[in-house]
Amino acid sequence: MTNSNSGSLPPPSYSSLQLWSLVILRIFIGWHFLYEGLVKLFNPYWSSMGYLIESRGLFSSFFISLAASPVVVQVVDFLNIWGLILIGFGLIVGLFTRISSVLGMILLFLYYFSQPPFIGLESALPTEGSYLIINKTLIELAALLVLFAFPNGQYAGLDLFLSRKK
Amino acid sequence: MNLKSEGSPEKQSTSGFTRRQILKGLASLPVLGLFAQQFLRKMEYDSGRRSQILSELDLNGNARLPATAPISDRLIRLGIIGFGVRGEESARALGFAHPDWLEQGQREAQNNKLDTRLQDWLNQENLQVAITGICEVFEQRRERGLQVAKNKFGPSNTAPSLPVTAYTDYRELLDSKDIDAVIIDTPDHHHAQMTIEAMKAGKHVYCEKCLTRTVDELYQVREAVKTSGLVFQLGHQYHQNSSYAKAREVIEKNILGKITLIEVTTNRNTPDGAWIRHLDAQGNPKPGNAQTIDWDLWLGSRPKVPFSIDRFYNWTKWWDYATGLSGQLLSHEYDAVNQLLGLGIPASVTASGGIYYFKDNREIPDIFHAVFEFPDKNLTLMYSASLANSRPRSRVFMGHDASMELGDDLKVTVDYNSTRFSEKIKSGLIDTSAPLFTYRPGAGGIDAVTTASEKFYASRGLIYTYRDGKRVDTTHLHLREWLEGIRSGGKLSCGIDKAFEVTLACHMATISYLEGRTVKWNEKKQLIV
Repeated sequence: MTNSNSGSLPPPSYSSLQLWSLVILRIFIGWHFLYEGLVKLFNPYWSSMGYLIESRGLFSSFFISLAASPVVVQVVDFLNIWGLILIGFGLIVGLFTRISSVLGMILLFLYYFSQPPFIGLESALPTEGSYLIINKTLIELAALLVLFAFPNGQYAGLDLFLSRKK
Repeated sequence: MNLKSEGSPEKQSTSGFTRRQILKGLASLPVLGLFAQQFLRKMEYDSGRRSQILSELDLNGNARLPATAPISDRLIRLGIIGFGVRGEESARALGFAHPDWLEQGQREAQNNKLDTRLQDWLNQENLQVAITGICEVFEQRRERGLQVAKNKFGPSNTAPSLPVTAYTDYRELLDSKDIDAVIIDTPDHHHAQMTIEAMKAGKHVYCEKCLTRTVDELYQVREAVKTSGLVFQLGHQYHQNSSYAKAREVIEKNILGKITLIEVTTNRNTPDGAWIRHLDAQGNPKPGNAQTIDWDLWLGSRPKVPFSIDRFYNWTKWWDYATGLSGQLLSHEYDAVNQLLGLGIPASVTASGGIYYFKDNREIPDIFHAVFEFPDKNLTLMYSASLANSRPRSRVFMGHDASMELGDDLKVTVDYNSTRFSEKIKSGLIDTSAPLFTYRPGAGGIDAVTTASEKFYASRGLIYTYRDGKRVDTTHLHLREWLEGIRSGGKLSCGIDKAFEVTLACHMATISYLEGRTVKWNEKKQLIV
């Protein structure tokens, strides 16, 4: 019995509410990513340099070292912008959904650890809301994890047309 | 209807999907359409706001500075008179450094990846100069100067390496036929005499501020420079910052409205900043004694006093050798504003201050204020200085419609009560609680501040100035200008006329402080009254 689901679990059978709540979540996160990416693409002055330099916590020396070389910053900027755009697009239309979810989690993981909301780490960047350990980046990361765990692109997304290739 | 009724995928026919499945598959595409539509509207809205603001200001959006012509080939042989801290900095700005400094730079770069000081220096432009003379009364510094002048590790220097001669007496250096021009980095009490004699000896001069210790000396120097026909530049390098080019544009376009008040400042809060520099990190006196320092030559024409390591390193503290905050730091600020607004000489100056914190043997005030009046220009320049506080106060130009903060970067903030911008303020297009735009060296152009993250960046600053994308030292740029002036003529930004203005203004402030009165300038008689 061949099917497009990984592992040997039977395909999920969602109720309408379940499927559509997954799809809504996916579209919202996708829209968010796509907008973030496009805004940076169209802003000639945007650079990740400012965020990298403001890194705090465990991995701060890694992030700061990225900021040291202008060439590296350009590469990081490019990857960041196009990563956000492609992941966002993929999530909205449900194309390569699971890969997009994982890549999205990786990006958010990097953002989270660049400015982790831990006690004693004061970031100079402005934030709204109060966070201790759990912040919106982490919540979005968890949401992508849910999208990864509950396949949905092949039911309500362009992945449908990929998964049935015979 | 739910998915269950579809059955497992394998039971589908291989020829395609059901219509419902296709609809589900394409369900999120309209979202893309909505996104695109909204995004384009937002872009239009933002760019509309931005271009409304910028077109209103008629500002050139990009930061392209006037291109500097490539350095010409003619070698210039330099003598440096005075090889203390500033002498060594001048040498580095010319492309010559001590191996110590290189090693230190390498270590620092290893410890901190963001420290590009050494790399920036190695990328410095080759100025086609050779240092052929070092004059210094302190044996240790003389030796160091020789090592620096020979140093070959600098930025690609295709100039031939010529023999370097060390001198103790500057008059011997001026006699040398192997020197075309001199840089004077001595304490202030030597500046006038050395400049005059250098010009008499046919050498071009770059002199550090303050140009003279007294007003009489200033008249003599001006006379000497004008009659010599040689190239002279005073060491006020701050205005070489690329933010100045932008500031000039802002002022030319009258974006600030009528400027009536300019506030410039000095804030320092360290012993070193207060000219206590004769002790090392352990609190012991630094090297130097009557045997290794030609004290008589160092004193020059000043009253003879017994050798003092304090006086040698901290000469600024005494009126005998310099003019304190006035000559050392006010001068830079005055020049900065003079370059932009063409202030010239103030009609009157009122100064005051005192020794309120560093109660040592100093004669000069550590808190000092000077107010310069320009009734013909309808503006006031106010200088405020403290050696006992390091709060960063920026240079602020205050106009009726907007204020400009000028440092290494530039911020223009609209005034809430501006007449010119009142409609845009009311309509919400302009937010007066944040800068209208900023110019950050290294950025592609000016940022019209419209979003929250831009507002955040507007409040931060950067350290270096940028020319064509490279970080460059302003002393290097100022020396470069002087050297190119020697090679091909052309007006210098701080030649003798501008130098006369700034130095005279500082002396007026000093006299006002010492005599406790307002000091006036008589334009007709060209005299201080």
